Amino acid sequence: MKREVPLIICATVGIVLIFQYFIPAEPFGTLNQVFSDWFQVIGAFAIWLGALNLIKVSGNNVYKKRKDWPYSLLIIISFFVMVIVGFFFSGGRRFQDQGTAFSALYDYVYSPLTSMMFALLAFYVGSASYRAFRARTKEATVLLLAAFFVMLGRVPLGDTLTSWLPNWLHMSNIANWIMNIPNTAGQRAIMIGIALGTVSTSLRLILGIERSYLGGE
Amino acid sequence: MPKLFMLGLLMALLLFISAAAQPPPTGNLDTAQSASGVAAPPKVTAFDTPNDAGGSITIQWERSPDDVFSPQDFAGYDILKATSPQGPFTKIGEVPGGSRGPDPLTRTYMDNGTKDGVLYYYAVDAKAFDGSSRTVTSAPTTSKEQWFNSSQLNLFIAVIFLTAAILYYISSAKAGKKLYIRKIAGLEAVDEAVGRATEMGKKIFFIPGTQDMDNVQTIAGLTILGRVAKLTAEYEARIDVPVSRSLVMVTAREVVKEAYLKAGRPEAYTDDMVYYLTDDQFGYAAGIEGMVVRQKPATIFYQGAFYAESLILAETGNSIGAIQIAGTAMPAQLPFFVAACDYTLIGEELFAASAYLSHEPKQLGSLKGQDLGKLVFILALLIGVIIQVSGIFDFSSLFNVVGGGE
Repeated sequence: MKREVPLIICATVGIVLIFQYFIPAEPFGTLNQVFSDWFQVIGAFAIWLGALNLIKVSGNNVYKKRKDWPYSLLIIISFFVMVIVGFFFSGGRRFQDQGTAFSALYDYVYSPLTSMMFALLAFYVGSASYRAFRARTKEATVLLLAAFFVMLGRVPLGDTLTSWLPNWLHMSNIANWIMNIPNTAGQRAIMIGIALGTVSTSLRLILGIERSYLGGE
Repeated sequence: MPKLFMLGLLMALLLFISAAAQPPPTGNLDTAQSASGVAAPPKVTAFDTPNDAGGSITIQWERSPDDVFSPQDFAGYDILKATSPQGPFTKIGEVPGGSRGPDPLTRTYMDNGTKDGVLYYYAVDAKAFDGSSRTVTSAPTTSKEQWFNSSQLNLFIAVIFLTAAILYYISSAKAGKKLYIRKIAGLEAVDEAVGRATEMGKKIFFIPGTQDMDNVQTIAGLTILGRVAKLTAEYEARIDVPVSRSLVMVTAREVVKEAYLKAGRPEAYTDDMVYYLTDDQFGYAAGIEGMVVRQKPATIFYQGAFYAESLILAETGNSIGAIQIAGTAMPAQLPFFVAACDYTLIGEELFAASAYLSHEPKQLGSLKGQDLGKLVFILALLIGVIIQVSGIFDFSSLFNVVGGGE
C-alpha cells in the first residue's frame, strides 16, 4: 500500500490536471489554481522540516566538533538572530516593514551578500569563456568566431570598424543574424526536445511506469 | 503501423486546418440608433465569450465614423448593460477611441460580470465632447460555460498523438521488440564517475537543482539520484545530497534510502546524507561552493532545474578538479554547464536518463515514442517552410494556442 497510494494519487492528479487544461467549465477551470494553492500550503508547512533539519545537522557538527564546525555555529547564530530580531524587535510592526531591525538586517546584510554572490558570476563567466573559446577543435573555433562577432557587434566599436563595408556586413548586423538565425534555431530544437521529454516523463509518471522518485525501480 | 501513424498525422493536419478556419461564434445584431452630434457605432454585436467557464459576454462594435475620421473630437465609448431592450441601461465600462488590436475598424469589451442563463441587452454610446449617440443590440445574449476549449484543439490533438505513440512503443517493447537507443555519453560516464570517487576515497555530491517537487526537472533529477545512490551503495562510496527545498529533501531521502536497501546495504544509509541548506538561490550556491572547496568531492552531479547559480557551482567544481556530470532543461544554463562540466545532459537527455539507466523495456519504449514525436515535428517544420514560403496560407497559425480563443 505504501507504493500504491502515492501512485494512485499521482495518476489521478496528473490525469485531472491534463483534462483541466482543455476544459474551461467548472470545476476543471479552477482546479489548476486549487492544486497550486495546496502545493503552496504543503510547501509552507514543509519549510519547518527544512529549518529543523538545518539546525539538527549544524547542531550535531558543533556538538561533535566535526571538521569546519565553526561554519555550522555561524549558521545557527545567523538563523536565531534573524528569527529573534524578526519576532521580538519589530516594535509592534510587521517584521517586513521598512525601519524595523529585521528589514535593516535584510537590507544591509542579506541583500549585499546575495548581490556579492551574483556579482561573482562575472568572474566565473570570464574563466569559463576562456576555456570554452580556446580554438582546439573545429567546433570550439566556430564558437570562438561566433562569440567574437556577437561581442564586437554589441558595442559601437564593432560598427565603427566595419562602417566602410556594405550595410549587411556591419558588425551589429552580423551579430543580430547570428543571434536570430543559427542561435534561435538551435534553441528551438532544444526546446522541442525538452517539450517532448516533459510529455514523455509526465506520461511515465502518470502511468506508474516511472516510480524511482518513490524509491522504486 | 507506420501507415496508421501517417494517416493519423494527416487527420491531425486536417483538424488543425479546420480549427484555424473556424469563424468566431457570434451572437446577435445591432439596432436602434439615437442621433446627436456624433455618429453612433454602425454595428454592435454581443456574444458569449468563447472557451471560458461562463460568466462572460464579449461586446464587439464597429468604430463610430467620428472616431475613425476625426479622433481629436472623439471622447471614447461607454458600454451599458440591461436585462430588457427598454432599459434601464447601466454603465459597466468605458473604452477609449482610436485603433487598437488586429482589426483597426472594430473594438471589443468583455463583460465578466454576467450570470449564466440570464438574458442581457448591451448598448454602446459613442461620445464626443459635445454629446453622445447610442447603438443597442437587437436581441438578448446570455453567457454559458464551455466543456472544451476549442482554441487548444491543435494542442489536444498533439497530446493525443504523442500519448498514442508512446503507449504503442511501450506495448511493443513489452512484447519483446528490440529497440535501439543511442548512447548518451554523460550517462555512460556515471559508473566511471562513481568508481573514481570510490578509488579516491572522496565524497560524491549530488545537487538536484533549486526548484521544488512541482518541477518535472527536479523529479527527473531525483530519478537519476536513485541510480547514482544505488551505485554508491554498491561501491561503498559516500554520497551527499544538499537540497534547497524541504519537500525535495523528504523525497530525496526516500529515494536514497530505497536505493541503499536495494543494493543490500540498508545499514549504510543515514538521514544525514540528504540535508537542507536554504531556499535562497544564492545562499544555496554559497553553501555548496563552501563545502565543495573545503571537502573537495571527487564527483559532482548537477541534475535538475538551475538558474544563475549553475555557473557558480560548476566553475567551483571545475576549480577543484572534480569530475562533473550536469543535466538540465534550462536552455539558458546549458552553455555554462557545457563549458564547465565534463559531461552535460542536454534538455531531453535529462528526461531520458532514468529510462536509459534502468534498461527497462517499458521505459525505453517511451523514449522511442518521444522520437516519433520529434520526427513529426521535423516533418511539420519542412512542410511548414514549403507552405509558408510558397504563400499558400499561414501555416504557423495552426500552432497558435495562447490566447487563441479570446
